[in-house]
Amino acid sequence: MKTVIVGCGRVGAVLADTLDRAGHEVIVVDTSTAAFDRLPASFGGNAVRGDGTDEGVLRRAGAADADLFLALTEGDNRNVIMAQLATEELGARRIVAKVNDPVRAAAYADLGLATICRTTLMADAIAGFLGLPMSGMPSVLPPGDLHHARAHRASDDAPVPPDAAAPQEA
Amino acid sequence: MFVLVVGGGKVGYYLAKELIESGHEVVLMEKDRGRAEQIADELGSIVVAHDGCEGRYLGEAGANRADIVTAVTGDDEDNLVICQMAKHHFDVRRTIARVNNPRNEALFRHLGVDEIISPTRMVLGSIEQDIPVHELLHLAALGGGELEIIEAHLQVDSPAVGRTPGDLTIPEGCSLFAVVRDGNPLPLRPDHVFRTGDKVIAIGRTECEELLHEQLIGSSS
Repeated sequence: MKTVIVGCGRVGAVLADTLDRAGHEVIVVDTSTAAFDRLPASFGGNAVRGDGTDEGVLRRAGAADADLFLALTEGDNRNVIMAQLATEELGARRIVAKVNDPVRAAAYADLGLATICRTTLMADAIAGFLGLPMSGMPSVLPPGDLHHARAHRASDDAPVPPDAAAPQEA
Repeated sequence: MFVLVVGGGKVGYYLAKELIESGHEVVLMEKDRGRAEQIADELGSIVVAHDGCEGRYLGEAGANRADIVTAVTGDDEDNLVICQMAKHHFDVRRTIARVNNPRNEALFRHLGVDEIISPTRMVLGSIEQDIPVHELLHLAALGGGELEIIEAHLQVDSPAVGRTPGDLTIPEGCSLFAVVRDGNPLPLRPDHVFRTGDKVIAIGRTECEELLHEQLIGSSS
């Protein structure tokens, strides 16, 4: 499975390493080469420096036709634009975008992007641990009532691919 | 008309100012507090000092009753999100986005932004007009970019030379409407015989461009 991860923060680096060790093809993109220090020395994938919202950069990094595209930078809007670029222009089969604003996360789920909202994810994890009431807002949103057909086909229902841990294709 | 302007840079500031002078109702969103206060001092209390990308603040600024939302920040990704949120979350009828990277234009259009303003493309267009090229010149984009007005400068070896408009196979969705000969604009008549140096003005759908190029100037190399 070919996976593209944009944003080599802690989460991006952990996922990159996990997928790499599971035998998948992994391409990590970040604007800062220092971010790649988070990858272990054993990392066998590609680390490419560049702006993941630029279609040319993504193509040169070999990000076209990915099975999985994870938009995990610290910018909600950057994640949203590159996720849509990946589905609409680069033929990504499944995408997940991190969107920390809960309103935007829900709005983009309606538009066909699988979104993960760290705000509600963390708040509910803390509330759950302390036995407090939950926020009532979902943290992981599957693509909802869709507005582009291609995004519909691309993203299915589950936001996280079930086969992520097991290598099936070289 | 109620116009919500997002982004208080030079473009947003002058845009809001002009709109107010034309008697429109304007709200300007600018996330930088200092800049927001500075604009409010000059234009009055029309400024909301919050990030227009946040759904909550977009709602508070009145997006749900805006006739037009225009996103003119310096960041393409912000402008896209503002327009998409306005369109799909607040049912705004018309959205206008500034696009800096010309390569984002098609994506924005495809994703439902109604009107796209590309300063980079405009400057490029002006530069192209100063250079004699064996290409079609883009004079203007209409209908949110689906239509364009273009100019073909006929060369000695152009296939259209010596022929009339009826002799050409003009692609569907495209119309030749004028010709500039020796600096004089003329309406295009059916008996006009094209000659070298004619500038043929056409309006057409963007996808017709290649066929039109072939008919007027010759196959693109």
